[in-house]
Amino acid sequence: MPAPEQLIFEYSHAGRGAHDQWPHDPGAAALADLPAKLRRVRPPELPQVGELETVRHFTRLSQLNFSIDTHFYPLGSCTMKYNPKACNQYAMLPEFLARHPLGPESHGQGLLACLYELQEMLKEVTGMQGVALSPMAGAHGEFAGVAMIRAYHRARGDLKRNEIIVPEAAHGTNPATATMCGCVVREIPVDAHGDVDLAALAAALGPNTAGIMLTNPSTLGVFERHIGEVARIVHEAGGLLYYDGANLNAILGKVRPGDMGFDVIHMNLHKTFSTPHGGGGPGAGAVGVGARLAPFLPIPLVGKDGERYRWLTEADVPQSIGRLSAFMGNAGVLLRAYIYMRLLGREGMQRVGEYATLNANYLLARLKSAGFDAAYPQRRASHEFIVTLKRQARELNVTAMDFAKRLLDYGFHAPTTYFPLLVPECLLIEPTETESKDVLDAFVSAMSQIQKEAEQEPGRVTSAPHTMPVRRLDDVRAARQLDLTWKPTAPS
Amino acid sequence: MAFIPHTEADVAAMLATIGVARIENLFDEIPPDLRVKSLAGLPQELNEMEIGRLMTERARADGAPLTFIGAGAYEHHIPAAVWAITTRGEFYSAYTPYQAEASQGTLQLIYEFQTMIARLTGMEVANASMYDGASATAEAALMAVRANRKSKSARILVPTTLHPHYRKVAVTTAANQGLKFEELPYCTAEGVTPVASLARYDGQDITALVIQQPNFFGCLEDVDALTDWAHAHAILVIAVVNPTSLALLKPPGEWGARGADITVGEGQPLGVPLSSGGPYFGFMATRMDYVRQMPGRIVGRTLDVAGHAGFTLTLQAREQHIRRARATSNICTNQGLLVTAATIYMSLMGPQGLARTAAAAHARARELVAGLTRVPGVHLAFSSPYFHEAVLQLDRPVAPLLRSLASRGILGGLDLSGYFPELGHALLVCATETKTSADIDRYRAQLSELMQAARAA
Repeated sequence: MPAPEQLIFEYSHAGRGAHDQWPHDPGAAALADLPAKLRRVRPPELPQVGELETVRHFTRLSQLNFSIDTHFYPLGSCTMKYNPKACNQYAMLPEFLARHPLGPESHGQGLLACLYELQEMLKEVTGMQGVALSPMAGAHGEFAGVAMIRAYHRARGDLKRNEIIVPEAAHGTNPATATMCGCVVREIPVDAHGDVDLAALAAALGPNTAGIMLTNPSTLGVFERHIGEVARIVHEAGGLLYYDGANLNAILGKVRPGDMGFDVIHMNLHKTFSTPHGGGGPGAGAVGVGARLAPFLPIPLVGKDGERYRWLTEADVPQSIGRLSAFMGNAGVLLRAYIYMRLLGREGMQRVGEYATLNANYLLARLKSAGFDAAYPQRRASHEFIVTLKRQARELNVTAMDFAKRLLDYGFHAPTTYFPLLVPECLLIEPTETESKDVLDAFVSAMSQIQKEAEQEPGRVTSAPHTMPVRRLDDVRAARQLDLTWKPTAPS
Repeated sequence: MAFIPHTEADVAAMLATIGVARIENLFDEIPPDLRVKSLAGLPQELNEMEIGRLMTERARADGAPLTFIGAGAYEHHIPAAVWAITTRGEFYSAYTPYQAEASQGTLQLIYEFQTMIARLTGMEVANASMYDGASATAEAALMAVRANRKSKSARILVPTTLHPHYRKVAVTTAANQGLKFEELPYCTAEGVTPVASLARYDGQDITALVIQQPNFFGCLEDVDALTDWAHAHAILVIAVVNPTSLALLKPPGEWGARGADITVGEGQPLGVPLSSGGPYFGFMATRMDYVRQMPGRIVGRTLDVAGHAGFTLTLQAREQHIRRARATSNICTNQGLLVTAATIYMSLMGPQGLARTAAAAHARARELVAGLTRVPGVHLAFSSPYFHEAVLQLDRPVAPLLRSLASRGILGGLDLSGYFPELGHALLVCATETKTSADIDRYRAQLSELMQAARAA
């Protein structure tokens, strides 16, 4: 990998700048109406750099990243599939980029048509009755979903239902979301095969139950086989079922959350529908609901009157949980998801779940025969699976973290490590459908090679990575001696 | 097209390795009655040429009108370099930088971003960004409840002059946790929050005061007096600011004697296209004392085992993946790609370029106000100074005029009658450096003609 790059501030010289990009100076008189007491006295200390050195600096920074475009990125529960270039190119057509969010519907029929059709396609592929597109991330969709569950119980005068049940293997956002919605979290265990412990669930249910949040396939990489029974007893207890769509890619085109009995779901469009992750965002966390929760969907929605599309707001959805973003959520991300879904169509959508599952089961089978331990060896993998390195940790003193860091040297992004928390020394591996057999085979070779190193030369693995721009970083120092903004070193 | 590279031979070999005959068998743990029967409601696949044609038609249907709407989303010149670099696959298709060694590009960029936001706002520390300005404002209110240990009330004072959508998002986001948002009146002559109106809260337990500068009307609030009043009553100040304006206006860190406590805002003006409302990013900055109460990702600089500097996500003990139900927020996004654009934009602008942009935008807005108020029946609504947008009052309903203007390719501003009925026929207009004198003249001439015709009718 390329060498480290200095900070943009270290390139700065007083008086330098990308002058060609600046508008003409209107002169001091143009600002005469701004009262002195409200004016800034000292200019902000932004870097003063030219255009070429800016381009070079940020291009070099980009080269310090692993990404889907450059590396296999088998990060479990993140669905790092190829982001088709067409989705970006056609979402960035100049008219789409220039459109103001508060512009009239007469100048937005093209956008609104795409969003309306996206709502319809998402309904079809998930088996839900209504879809809202405005949540701006998975966790934002979770928030909308749990807020709708609360609003539903409240609208029925069922005010004491404030408990949200989550399995212990759930993503951290599930309990955090429940808290943000003013709910109390009750965690329940999973059984030895990775399914929800039905007895524990039955014991947790009661008159205070607002609902349960489930990921299916779960974060353990297996399909929840008792889902029918779970839905039945939760509904009988007066609770609702929330589907965390983190793993929707596994079942796309094969099973629909609506058919499993879920009342509300969120979809991570940046996973299943291949919009980019962008180094942490933007995402889009569209929500889908059954008929019971449809009156509570967040606004704005997109409606259709005859041939005209229009925004639906408070007047159309009076019981809505309200607005979640200043405007229409991440419209540009929604366009990318729309383009992706149209490219795939009915046939492509069905192949996604199939080939994601094929790749995961193939990779699992190859790793098992290479001597690695599956966390749930008796189960089929979904679109992802867990390898546990607890034997290597015990016998060789080489941990899952060490394997993860060494994989970087072999040119592979590490799988998700140490999640879910209940499997010791775990790697959660999700190859996605867009990777070829050749890439999966190369990954198995790298894992086998690292295993050999761990046995013969463990120091090589425990001190990895060796080829990255930096070695292992001191996280404790980062948190204790906080250095969160750059300050010029004072001349001594 | 499903972007699946497998050949038939690959599939056969893979199934043999797994030990099943067909892909279908891999789904044998799923109860058969749950299996999808039909996806007939989905359209047939398109190829790239076909989708290109469809999207081009759709984009054309939206048109390319001349836009004078602001109201929280602003059209600015975006240098070509910004998105040419931002859409590089290494930024575009990377994940959250959990594996620090393989993500130094994104991490260093966020560290540079945090530094730039801290300097622009005059605050000590910034996070890696939030979803948008509205959600950042809601999170700031929740953060204030955690940070203000002297207050038990969770009462947040919100001026009516705050963007009305921000107020709604704050209620949606925080009301379930017991926060109470109380509206402060504004002066209908000046368009700002009168400091004297706060006296009725003297002696009450209030957690935080929100101050938007410039406010939703474009007017400039007396931020020093508002901040000092709040601090005199142990109330935290949440500043909501337009980042472009900060090149010219006093940064929140310098408001009053002690400065604002939490600063948030919509980052869109910093190199992000309007794109119908998103993706944008919210920024958030605060005092070092409150850094552990801040939600969202934070990047820190540290050393590697060889003693070289490097960057990593830090203070993660605040976050949902560690603390679960007790986290500061459920957020696990930072709007990384938008932050990438903004950091490149701020580098290209620098202090001078950003000040030039703010000044040019403001000059155009004054030219627009001067032009439109020459039209009979149009006058400026408020007496306060404003920054790059302003409220006009018309002598007749705004909506029909805006419709007629739109049919002539001009989006003339935002009709405020639904938001602020007490202002009568009020129109919020904005111009930035992207508008020319000819554009403004075209708007003035069209409005003049339409109003004359309306008067004659």
